[in-house]
Amino acid sequence: MSFLRRERSVLPGFGLSLGFTLFYLGLIVLIPLSAAFIKTAGMSWDEFVAAVWSPRVIASYRLSFLASFAAASVNAVFGLLVAWVLVRYPFPGKRIVDALVDLPFALPTAVAGIALSAIYSKNGWVGQWLEPHGLKIAYTEIGVFLALTFIGLPFVVRTLQPVLEELEPELEEASASLGANRWQTVTRVILPELLPPLITGFALAFARALGEYGSVVFISGNMPMRTEITPLLIITKLEQYDYHGATALAVVMLVASFCLLLVINLLQKWSRRYYRV
Amino acid sequence: MSIQATNIRKTFGTVTVLGGVDLTVPRGKLVALLGPSGSGKTTLLRIIAGLEHADPGSGQIHFHGEDVTKVPAGKRKVGFVFQHYALFRHMTVFENIAFGLTILPRRDRPAGSAIADRVHALLKLVQLEGLDARYPTQLSGGQRQRVALARALAVEPRVLLLDEPFGALDAKVRKELRRWLRKFHDEIHLTTVFVTHDQEEALEIADEVVVMNNARIEQVGTPQEVYDRPASPFVYQFLGNVNVLRAQALAGAGVPGANPAALEAEGNLYVRPHDVAVAPHDPRSPGLVAVLRYIHAAGPQARLTLEQIQSRATVEVEVSRSELATLGLKVGDLATLRLRQGRSFDADYAI
Repeated sequence: MSFLRRERSVLPGFGLSLGFTLFYLGLIVLIPLSAAFIKTAGMSWDEFVAAVWSPRVIASYRLSFLASFAAASVNAVFGLLVAWVLVRYPFPGKRIVDALVDLPFALPTAVAGIALSAIYSKNGWVGQWLEPHGLKIAYTEIGVFLALTFIGLPFVVRTLQPVLEELEPELEEASASLGANRWQTVTRVILPELLPPLITGFALAFARALGEYGSVVFISGNMPMRTEITPLLIITKLEQYDYHGATALAVVMLVASFCLLLVINLLQKWSRRYYRV
Repeated sequence: MSIQATNIRKTFGTVTVLGGVDLTVPRGKLVALLGPSGSGKTTLLRIIAGLEHADPGSGQIHFHGEDVTKVPAGKRKVGFVFQHYALFRHMTVFENIAFGLTILPRRDRPAGSAIADRVHALLKLVQLEGLDARYPTQLSGGQRQRVALARALAVEPRVLLLDEPFGALDAKVRKELRRWLRKFHDEIHLTTVFVTHDQEEALEIADEVVVMNNARIEQVGTPQEVYDRPASPFVYQFLGNVNVLRAQALAGAGVPGANPAALEAEGNLYVRPHDVAVAPHDPRSPGLVAVLRYIHAAGPQARLTLEQIQSRATVEVEVSRSELATLGLKVGDLATLRLRQGRSFDADYAI
C-alpha cells in the first residue's frame, strides 16, 4: 500500500478534509443521483426502451441538446464581447451593466420565462413587430433557444472576466511591436489565451441550459414533438405518477450530459496543454 | 542606426514623468538608461519604441535622421524586450520567435523553410538550440528572456530596446546574462538601449550611461566618466557609496579637488569610501580624528565605519584586507583620516 507510506504533507488536515469532501459530495450529489439509477433498475429492458426511445421523447432530446448547444455557443461569442467591454473600457454606468450580467442568476427562472413570453408573444412589445414578418419566437424552438441563452450568459461572462483582467497588456504590446495589426493581435495572441476560460464558460452555460426548466416551459408552449424539452417530459411523467418513466429519462439525460461534459473537459485539457511545467 | 529624442515631455495627469528630455544614442552603441524607479527611464524607452506617445506638441523621435514620431510601434522596426518577457504562452519557443515573420503580409512573408532557418539561426545565437518545441512555462527565467530577445531580433529591428531585461532574474543568472549581452552586442553591433536601476549593471556593460532622476537626465557619459566625475550630488549618491560630510567638520583638513568657495556655499563635501586614507591616530599628523566603530570584512574589501570626534559624522572607508591587517586597528581605536579627493557642488544643486 504505497499511498499509505507517502511523505507527510506540510499542509495539515488532508485526511479530514478529503473525508468531509467525499461525505458531502456523496450526500448532496451521489445519493440523489444513484436513487435515479436504482429506481430505473426496477424496470424491465423493454419498459426502459419504451420510456426513453419513443418518437416524442427523441424529439425532446433533439430540442434540448441542440437548443442548449446553440445557446451556449451564442453565449460564448456574446459573453466574450460583454466581458471584453466590461474589462477594457471605462464608461459611465459600467457598474450597473456589470450588475445586470448577474440578473439571470438571481431572477427566479419562472419570472424570466413569463417575461420573455410576454415580450415575444404575438401582442408583446417585440413580438408584435416580428410576427407580421413571419418571425414567430414565443411558442417555437427559437423561444426555447432564447430562454436558454438568457440564463446562460453570466456563466461565460463571469469565467472570462477575471482572466481578461489578468491578461498582461505587455502581450498585446509585444505583438504590436513585432508588427502585428490589431486583428492579428486579437486572433493570434488574445483569443488563444482566452480559450481555456471560454471553454469552461461554454461548458457551464451548456450544462445549465440542459437542466433548465422554469424559464423554458412558459415560452415554449410545450407542443409535443415540437417544443417539448426533456426536463418537461420528466415533470409530465411525474405528474402522471410514472416514476419509473421519469427516472429512466433522468438517467438518459445524466449519462448523455456526463459524456458531453467529459468531452468538453478533454478539450479543456488540450487547450491548457502549455500550462504543463 | 542612431536614435535621437528631442524635447520629450510626458505628463500623466498632474505628474510630470518626462520634463523635456533630449537623448542621443550613437549608432551601434550599448547605452544604459539608469535611474531610480519613477525617474522616467522606462517611459522614455517606451516612447522611443512607440508604445507610448509624448505629450502632444512636444518632442520628436528620429531614427538615423528619419522622423518616426508618428510611425506606429509595429512599423518602427524596433525590437522590444519586456521585463517579464511577455512571451506567448500558447506558442512553442519556435512559434514565439517566428511570430513576427508569420504575421507579415503574404507577399513579404518568407517561405516556411526560410522562417525555420532563421528561427534556428536565432536559437543558436541565443544559445537555446534544441528547445524549439518547448513551451515558455517549461523554461527557466534566463532562457525565457533569451527567447524574448530572439523573438525581438527575428524581425531584423533597426534598434533594440530592453526594459529592465534582467530585473526578474536572480543575482547569479543576472550577472551571467548581462556579460553575455555585452558579448552578444559586440557580435551583432545593433544600437541598443536598456533600462536599469542597477548601477553595477549599467557601469559594467554599457558603452554610455544616461543617468536619470525626477523626469530629467542628470548626466550622460562613459561609465568611467559618470563614476569618476559625477555632474551632480544625485549622480554621486546613485553611483556607488559616498560619504556626505558637512564642511564645518573639515576645517583645516584641506581636501584636493574641492572648491573652497563652493564648500562654503553649500557646505557639503562628497567623498568616495575608497578616497579616504586611514592611519592609526597620530596627534602630529594633519587630518580628521575619528573612532573606529565597526569593521565589515566579509568580502574582497574591508569596510570600516568610523565616527568623527568633532562632528559625530559617520564616515565609511574602504581598504584592502591586507591594508587592514597592517594597520592593526580594532573597534574603539582612534584613527586619523585623510581625504585623498572629494567634490562639492554649487548651491543650486539639490538632492
